[in-house]
Amino acid sequence: MNDKKQIPEQLEKVGVYICHCGSNIAGTIDVEDVAKWAKNNPNVEISRNYEFMCSNTGQELIEKDIKEKGLTRIVVASCSPLMHEKTFREATERGGINPFLFEMANIREHGSWATNDKAAATQKAKALVNGAIERVVHQVPLEKIPVDINPATLIVGGGIAGITAALELAEAGNQVYLVEREGTIGGHMAQIDKTFPTLDCSACILTPKMVDVGQNDNITLLTFSEIEDVEGYIGNFTVKVRKKARCLIEELCTSCGICEEKCPVKVIDEDYGAGLGYRKAIYRAFPQAVPGYPVLDKDNCTYFENGKCRACEKFCPTDAIKFDQEDEILNITVGNIILATGYDLFDARRIPQYGYGRLPNVFSSLEFERMVNASGPTEGHIVLRDGVTEPESVAIVHCVGSRDQNYNEYCSKVCCMYSLKFAHLVHEHIPEAVVYNFYMDMRTPGKGYEEFYHRLLKEGTHFVRGRVAEITDVGRNPAEEGKLIIQSENTLLGKQQRTPIDMVLLSSGMQARHDSEEVSQLFKMGCGFDGFFTERHPKLAPVSTMTDGIFIAGACQGPKDIPETVAQAGAAASQVAKLINQGTVMMEPVRASIREDECSGCRICNNLCPYNAIEFDDEKKVSRIITALCQGCGTCVAACPSSVIDGAHFTNTQVMAELKGLLWDVQPAPQKTPA
Amino acid sequence: MSEQFEPVIVGFLCNWCSYRAADLAGTARIKYAPNLRPIRVMCSGRVDPQFVLQALRSGADGVLIAGCHPGECHYVNGNIKALQRFLLLKKTLSQWGIEDERVQLLWASASEGIVLAERVNKMTEEIRALGPLRWHDKVLGDNGAIPIPVKEI
Amino acid sequence: MGAKEKPKLAMYWASACGGCEISVLNIHENILTVDEVFDIVFFPCIADFKVKDLESYPDGYIDICLFNGAIRNSENEEMAHLLRKKSKILVAFGSCAYEGCIPALSNLTTKDATFDKVYLNNPSIDNPEGILPQVVTKVAEGELTLPAFYHTVKSLDQTIDVDYYLPGCPPEPHQIWAVLQVVVGALLEGNPLPPAGAILGAGTTAVCEECEREKGEKTIDRFYRPYQLDPDPNQCLLEQGIICMGIATRSGCGALCPSVGIGCRGCYGPPDGVIDQGAKMLSALASVIDAGDETMEDDELEQKIQAVIDTIPDPAGTFYRFSMAHSILRRVKNGKGDS
Repeated sequence: MNDKKQIPEQLEKVGVYICHCGSNIAGTIDVEDVAKWAKNNPNVEISRNYEFMCSNTGQELIEKDIKEKGLTRIVVASCSPLMHEKTFREATERGGINPFLFEMANIREHGSWATNDKAAATQKAKALVNGAIERVVHQVPLEKIPVDINPATLIVGGGIAGITAALELAEAGNQVYLVEREGTIGGHMAQIDKTFPTLDCSACILTPKMVDVGQNDNITLLTFSEIEDVEGYIGNFTVKVRKKARCLIEELCTSCGICEEKCPVKVIDEDYGAGLGYRKAIYRAFPQAVPGYPVLDKDNCTYFENGKCRACEKFCPTDAIKFDQEDEILNITVGNIILATGYDLFDARRIPQYGYGRLPNVFSSLEFERMVNASGPTEGHIVLRDGVTEPESVAIVHCVGSRDQNYNEYCSKVCCMYSLKFAHLVHEHIPEAVVYNFYMDMRTPGKGYEEFYHRLLKEGTHFVRGRVAEITDVGRNPAEEGKLIIQSENTLLGKQQRTPIDMVLLSSGMQARHDSEEVSQLFKMGCGFDGFFTERHPKLAPVSTMTDGIFIAGACQGPKDIPETVAQAGAAASQVAKLINQGTVMMEPVRASIREDECSGCRICNNLCPYNAIEFDDEKKVSRIITALCQGCGTCVAACPSSVIDGAHFTNTQVMAELKGLLWDVQPAPQKTPA
Repeated sequence: MSEQFEPVIVGFLCNWCSYRAADLAGTARIKYAPNLRPIRVMCSGRVDPQFVLQALRSGADGVLIAGCHPGECHYVNGNIKALQRFLLLKKTLSQWGIEDERVQLLWASASEGIVLAERVNKMTEEIRALGPLRWHDKVLGDNGAIPIPVKEI
Repeated sequence: MGAKEKPKLAMYWASACGGCEISVLNIHENILTVDEVFDIVFFPCIADFKVKDLESYPDGYIDICLFNGAIRNSENEEMAHLLRKKSKILVAFGSCAYEGCIPALSNLTTKDATFDKVYLNNPSIDNPEGILPQVVTKVAEGELTLPAFYHTVKSLDQTIDVDYYLPGCPPEPHQIWAVLQVVVGALLEGNPLPPAGAILGAGTTAVCEECEREKGEKTIDRFYRPYQLDPDPNQCLLEQGIICMGIATRSGCGALCPSVGIGCRGCYGPPDGVIDQGAKMLSALASVIDAGDETMEDDELEQKIQAVIDTIPDPAGTFYRFSMAHSILRRVKNGKGDS
């Protein structure tokens, strides 16, 4: 209803401070005039102008005035609140009043720096100051919200990122739950043969860490497990974990491997083996698996198909096989969560003209990693798809699915380096082979990376600068018969080029996991267009997210190599350790709340919150905001059709008051008669 | 003092993108029309249509709502709600006879100070050409009643 | 007030339809109690009272005046001022007096356009000389006057001070009776009256509280005109795409319209705390449109949202159907608007 009944407001005592900021403001805006003018507002007790409000003297001025003049609100007209809101709020608090009874008018960035017109700048400054005064009068004291931090941490994903973070935290004495989807930790790094640029054996540097994880008492390792539900907020998460049935009793299994040996069913190894070799229906992904217990693949097991076989059960010396084992649901409580869920390789089948999946001798990068690995299906021999023939020529195609408007626009960062690594490995395994790298740019920015490229130049690799248009088996002349032909540009020669080749390796890009969007929704944080998890700030906060208490590390945040992954994992662990150390955190009170006794239960707001902070009470038929989850955006406040959602520090009353203050010089004169 | 009509435009700028864009415009000393009077909100999704209407009623000649680009909203998708409300509000405002140029929406990320400045310049000139809105005086002021003295009893 | 004198009741209709009077009569046999308790001193609808009767009363003579109808012309305004003078308690009765209601929808057009449509250009008028009503006309006998037609319809409280509001189009009879009982209790037994400016005979929250339909999460990908859909009788109408103003409308009517399958039209005005009913409805509705998301291209997203909005043919008329006079903007800009 109209506020025609003007209830006279009790006047506040606002202290107004107009900052000169040297000549930054005072050079354009008549600060004395503004200060004098502000005194006209009946709520203003004192109005000053001063050279540098953010200095100690300036801040002390505020504190002194509060104490001596009994000020109840403070307005500082100076730079952007993004610069000094914190500074002046603290000064206000030291003066003895609640820091949220303070407001700033941005007359520098939005005023004196943005125009040369002195009169206009001064007029605008008056408007901004008036807006701040009218607003601050309606502001209410707010208190930060203390939240206790549960010292346990959940780490999702047992690749190198998850392993590093888990060890950092566990070795500092903190309890860690490490949840991994596969039967063993290790992730993609376990599939890799050698790592660039040092050509360290990947498994050799990874497996000791895996063993450390398995043996550390502070780490509860939950493999072959999935996260089903996450509730709560920073310091107080409750997570539902489904430990899927491996069909064996872990306490009895000695990892002897007999079950695997005796299993008659061979399945193409799609996961660890990248589809190149075989595994059994009861299997460990690789011999150094941690934990060492196998997993029974119910979908491919003869017993689950027709009740027969049971070879593993028969031969198991400790009777550890249990076919009727059920999934186990665990509810764990943690204070912080680190997501280290890794990446998927871009599926090159999406580029039909490259022939992956159709032409037998076109291989993906992970297939090649398994092939060239000494404990892989070919025992480390580089051979064609027939498993026998050595190629005489190998081409490595860069940027498959990357830097491409049709697939992923971004650069996948690591592919140039691993393409060079492949070139080197081919040279090493087959010294007489001719090796081509088809590239667009050579991106080798890391430590020792450019030098590695140089080495490959010396090893006689042929580098063709040009996008590969097509890989085909249709020859145009006798020289091309029986070969794969790479049709590409050669931009340095300025020509098209057809290169007959025996074997092609496709350097596909890293991309977000196929289910990253669901995962991000499960954890109530964001992921970008491309599916990678969104960091809080791309420069200054790469491992935290917009959701307090949830951190990210490794390739799930964006394509990166192992050193960066390890660095991020350490960073995330450090941030978690900081919170554990603090024990309690203070959360910003700028949040929304619903006046439940006035809520009609229309449920308009329920679906609006990206943080799932709004729930509906089915009994009372009202909606409710979970304070700790609310991030304070105000979307629900604006949407509520009965205005029963209050947005603390950005209430309708406050914004409307600021609005009217801003428009002081164009507002209608106050009416005496109702109108 | 200039005789030219100086539009007064109220801006609702979101804390994470467009407010920072305005800050950047200042920091980079980009000079632009001083006609924008910004109000900071945490997210463009906070902008209640009542604010826009009140601004127009209280004397503003135009309103600019500025937020993050879709996909970049700090709060994931508050700006999408802002966009939806803006489009429905525009349809309603056209029924009220308010010209298209007076209420505008802009996406400006924190690094796009120039984008914000250019839009303010453009909007200022567009509204200058339309003339003052001054709703209370020009639209509500004269009720069109022919004064008839109310008889004193 | 003497021992034998009954409290005085008045009811007047300004720019109105008569529905409020009928609603008062709809309190059925309770009307007999009203007759018993009150002395009806001015009620043009039911008896032949004249303005001079009213003028002859002392100021404050009328204990309670139920004023319905919006302020459309100078006569309405005159009567409003007069009744204010003569009444102790003045109630803005019904949506017209409270917030403008249907008469105020003419604020979407102009006086000139209205006169043009009514007196000059419509299929059933034959007015070649273009005769329009005049406020003052000289005739042989002297001067004849007609009330002046206002450019903008006003609510009662935009004209005079109002003591209470009784919303509804019309207010529901059981609510009218409840309010009358409160007034009777105050006048006869000295019970305290509600605080000045209170909205009586209604709830404080939205209609949804009274509505029996199942409410789920709201995501709407298109809106339907009522004739386009046979709604499920149990599910929230809004969720089915029918524009139901219930979310932004004050409760008190018992959610009558949704209970028979029609979307609430908003006649009880906005709930407490809402300044502009239409704007809040707009905001809520737009917020739950489900047309696309941030992963789409900007143009595509805007197009998809616009396509949903295009299924709302008349936002201003729909969202401000009853509350136009109380809305923030109140009327269309001069010289523009739908004719």
